[in-house]
Amino acid sequence: MKEVISANEAAAIAAKLARVKVISAYPITPQTAIVEKLSEFVADGELDAEFIKVESEHSALSACVGAAAAGVRTFTAASSQGLMLMSEILFVASGLRLPLVMANANRSLSAPLSIWCDQQDSFAVRDSGWLQIYCENSQEVLDSILQAYRISEQALLPVMVCFDGYILTHTAEPVDVPDQKEVDEFLPPYKYPYSLDPEKPLTIGAVGVPEYYEEFRYMLHEAVAASREKLVEVDEEFGRRFGRRFGLIERYFSDDADIVLVTAGSLSGTIKDVVDDYRAKGESVGHLRIRVFRPFPSDDIVDALKNAKVVAVLEKDISLGYGGAIFTDLAAAFANRGRKPPLMINFICGLGGRDVSPMDIREAVRQSASALQAGEVKRNVRWLGLREKILGLRA
Amino acid sequence: MKKISEVELFASGHRACAGCGCVLAMRHILKALGKDVIISQATGCMEVVSTLYPETSWRVPWIHVAFENAAAVASGVEAALKKLGKKWIKSVAIAGDGGTADIGLQALSGMVERGHNCLFICYDNEAYMNTGIQRSGLTPFGTWTTTTPIGRERRGEDRPKKDIPAIIAAHGAPYVATASVAYPFDLVEKVKKAAAIEGPTYIQIHAACTPGWRIDTAKSIEVMRMAVLTGAWILYEIENGKLKVTFKPPKRRPVADYLKMQGRFRHLTDEEIAGIQKMVDEQCKRFGID
Amino acid sequence: MKIAEGAVILEPGSSIRYETGNWRTFRPVVDPKKCTSCGICWLYCPDIAIGVIQKGKPAEIDYRYCKGCGICANECPVKAITMVSEERS
Repeated sequence: MKEVISANEAAAIAAKLARVKVISAYPITPQTAIVEKLSEFVADGELDAEFIKVESEHSALSACVGAAAAGVRTFTAASSQGLMLMSEILFVASGLRLPLVMANANRSLSAPLSIWCDQQDSFAVRDSGWLQIYCENSQEVLDSILQAYRISEQALLPVMVCFDGYILTHTAEPVDVPDQKEVDEFLPPYKYPYSLDPEKPLTIGAVGVPEYYEEFRYMLHEAVAASREKLVEVDEEFGRRFGRRFGLIERYFSDDADIVLVTAGSLSGTIKDVVDDYRAKGESVGHLRIRVFRPFPSDDIVDALKNAKVVAVLEKDISLGYGGAIFTDLAAAFANRGRKPPLMINFICGLGGRDVSPMDIREAVRQSASALQAGEVKRNVRWLGLREKILGLRA
Repeated sequence: MKKISEVELFASGHRACAGCGCVLAMRHILKALGKDVIISQATGCMEVVSTLYPETSWRVPWIHVAFENAAAVASGVEAALKKLGKKWIKSVAIAGDGGTADIGLQALSGMVERGHNCLFICYDNEAYMNTGIQRSGLTPFGTWTTTTPIGRERRGEDRPKKDIPAIIAAHGAPYVATASVAYPFDLVEKVKKAAAIEGPTYIQIHAACTPGWRIDTAKSIEVMRMAVLTGAWILYEIENGKLKVTFKPPKRRPVADYLKMQGRFRHLTDEEIAGIQKMVDEQCKRFGID
Repeated sequence: MKIAEGAVILEPGSSIRYETGNWRTFRPVVDPKKCTSCGICWLYCPDIAIGVIQKGKPAEIDYRYCKGCGICANECPVKAITMVSEERS
């Protein structure tokens, strides 16, 4: 049934459809509506779950870990500073190989304090062992959360579904909300093989002494890498049942384009519009959206970009002093492929809610075209939409 | 010994120091709780000595997540048990000084404030022992620790013990108690009582650390007993806000009898001991010990 | 031994495989003539190295795990336990 809802509502509805039993979340702009909506569902008896009104995000994820280990499906939501506070437990959760799903409303990182959209928060924790899915729109948010439960419970890995703060959380669009019955057929009941049970007393969270620690890390690493297959499988099944599938990446006229713009998240929508304009004029411009960032689908991306001459990565994050996460992972993906990689330029944009307009995207295309003509990229990392005037005011 | 279960839910082979009071507390806690529990434990001595992969001393379901979140994990476990309808299983959190009073205080406060049906047990060895005897919020006034050493300018811990039982009672917890490893029958009764109450309950157990307190390993129990006999550690309950002392030493001994058994108080001058005696006297007066 | 994901330990009480008896420098020796089977040493052993004491039988030390702390000797109400140096026993 189609409803006009925001990504926050979509996330809450997905958790409800997934029949989560324990919700443990702390409010933070711009994710608060998720927490509020779920509280309403529980208060109305629409969702039969315990809502733990935890006192911080660190406790939120900790309570989810406890509940998941005790044998129930859980849900939490985070953003920005909250995700950072939770970050200690993110690593523990993946190390413990617990099935967990989290919704993350992408928001900027302090300092300076910013409540507005960018993707620094989730990219900052890309090493945490959590699978990461970046959604373009609210439909994808709802669907990805449902998929995430299947994937996480099969792979025994936690999954983070990310979506742009404000852009998706505070706008509404038509979303096809699946029937509970359909979701029940897609999502079997929660099953964790090492549930805490007095009849079978297990110890979870032991000290990983040097004789064993590296092997556990290796197994986790392998599991995250291997989850690529599960992500594809589940997405395909979801497509068969619900008529919508998304893939690990989304190719938008990228196969034969000279210049391919790469991004993750809602910016993809604006880029697609700009690409349409260019193509209408016969320009060889395409777009590749990265949906699954962890595990990084290196092979899929390299294959999708095999004909590209210039790859322009537009991203709303930065590893300070260096470059963006997508750019650096993408550049590494091209290493040792036995052929010349395309020219690659990193465009940092949209930080702290700075709007990324079609004009900015056209600037990126222009710079890419120049690089293509010159046959070289003189500066790898560039910023779009920077207000030079402000920089000029430095004391 | 009839009142204490003979079933051992804590196994030998753990790496606790010889004479460790805390590990004895773990053993007795489990005798009181029985098998139908899920333990959520904080990082600390007891967690580390009992779960070096692939060995575990625990014969009950047990989870360790991090240092500051035992109460939050226990809250999640409790919520899950509620949803699963497993009413006969109790969610119990165990932590040391740090995991209770300092880094763990926020999560503990949240758990109690929300009214979870969880028992939180603090084994109080009065410093961060696992990391090598650094002071904690529960380190008593005048104590030597590695972060409150005896020097020219400063001489030991200069702050009194943080009163966690009072803090938890102020949250409205239905049951708060103190116990001591030297009084195991009292300890077992209190743990059983606390576990049987539906709601957030708290027990703080005085537990000796042989290297941290600088004591003869054989005297471990005796030192903990002396703490109670001198009024340095008071055994009491606060049930629905009402205080009840559960043991009054027949003739309270001077605190020096307790301090002199321990190397961590070796530096104290007679004047300093007198100062501590005054503090203990005031505490005993407040509790109506004498 | 099977290795479970996430380093979950499947076997409860598996620490019994680690015999801490070699930590000792002194070992407790029970005088069966003095022991009254009261059970206090059983109660206070941090290493569960004294089994449940049957009435009329003396306490038995499990030397595989006993760390030689001396609590049993110190707490015994009838002084039935003596700590003897490992070198000499």
